[in-house]
Amino acid sequence: MIVADQKPIEEILQMLEPYRKVLFLGCQTCVAVCMAGGEKEVGLLAAAVRLARKHQGRPIEIVEGAVKRQCDDEFNEPWAKTIEQQEAVLSLACGVGVNKLSERFDVPILPALNTKFFGEVERQGVWAEVCAGCGNCILHLTGGICPIARCAKNLLNGPCGGVRADGTCEVAQNGSRPCAWVMIYERLGKLNQRQNLENIFGAKDWSSDRHGGPRKRIREDMLLEG
Amino acid sequence: MTNSEPKIVAFCCHYCAFAAADLAGVLRLKYPPNVHIIRLPCTGKLDTLYILKAFEAGADGVIVAGCLEGGCHFISGNLRAKKRVLAVKGLLARIGIAPERLEFFNLSSAQGDRFAQIAREMTERIKSLSSSVLTPLPEGKG
Repeated sequence: MIVADQKPIEEILQMLEPYRKVLFLGCQTCVAVCMAGGEKEVGLLAAAVRLARKHQGRPIEIVEGAVKRQCDDEFNEPWAKTIEQQEAVLSLACGVGVNKLSERFDVPILPALNTKFFGEVERQGVWAEVCAGCGNCILHLTGGICPIARCAKNLLNGPCGGVRADGTCEVAQNGSRPCAWVMIYERLGKLNQRQNLENIFGAKDWSSDRHGGPRKRIREDMLLEG
Repeated sequence: MTNSEPKIVAFCCHYCAFAAADLAGVLRLKYPPNVHIIRLPCTGKLDTLYILKAFEAGADGVIVAGCLEGGCHFISGNLRAKKRVLAVKGLLARIGIAPERLEFFNLSSAQGDRFAQIAREMTERIKSLSSSVLTPLPEGKG
């Protein structure tokens, strides 16, 4: 899922400063699961902003809502009338949702979140980055553990000299980050696939990553027009 | 209750604080009548939104009262609630509301006197704060 963090309340209040009538629109998918921008967070943030603005003597009218997926027009459309009646929309979706609403509506769409990474739920309250979305998966060769996302240097042939004796990475000062290549070595051992390590990966073609510019995926067979 | 008395909402665990409040009544202990009790099955049920909504609805202070540490009927509900209260205290401070208006207390069902004391303490604490929770600040402040 996409993992995001709520912006500091001070920054959100500053963004909302010029507005008196705002829709707080959450997203019930990824950011709801990572407890940053779901229906519940909309309620909490709206209550906090209302209290802050009353305290400042400049009350704000907030409409609260959440859509199933803000990255998809069809889920946003039922909110069109409400959105058009607002001075601004504070989106609690990831950056994709903010972009999507901005493409559709001539109302300022403000981001309540900082979008961070693709992550897994490690345990309640902890999310970890495990996929970098580089566009060229090699997980079948690395025991399902991604060195691009989980190695600080994105090494394809690791580990580097920065691995500590206890198998942690030198980059995390408190030793909290395991070396991705130690994890891969252990995992391949369990799978009886250590021979994979004898293959040396060549230089990675990063054109499928963001280095090739904004990406787009098209499935011709699913297009409705033409 | 007079208008000058601060309004306090007390979220009380069914197994301890709520029973303690009941005991305070049975013992005919006096405590300020401006404390409005809301019973929770455990303070672990406390949603941070309840606290903010209480302030929004006009409460001047909020008490969250759970079991003694180690005594929660649901093992760790009171510890979790304590963390949530701490987080909301931080949020209140950042939006210009005195975090002292919110407090977490631990007590047992046998402590009717302690409940009455907490109610008095919080009432006095809130009275000593300069203004009502939502008194507008002078223009340009906050």
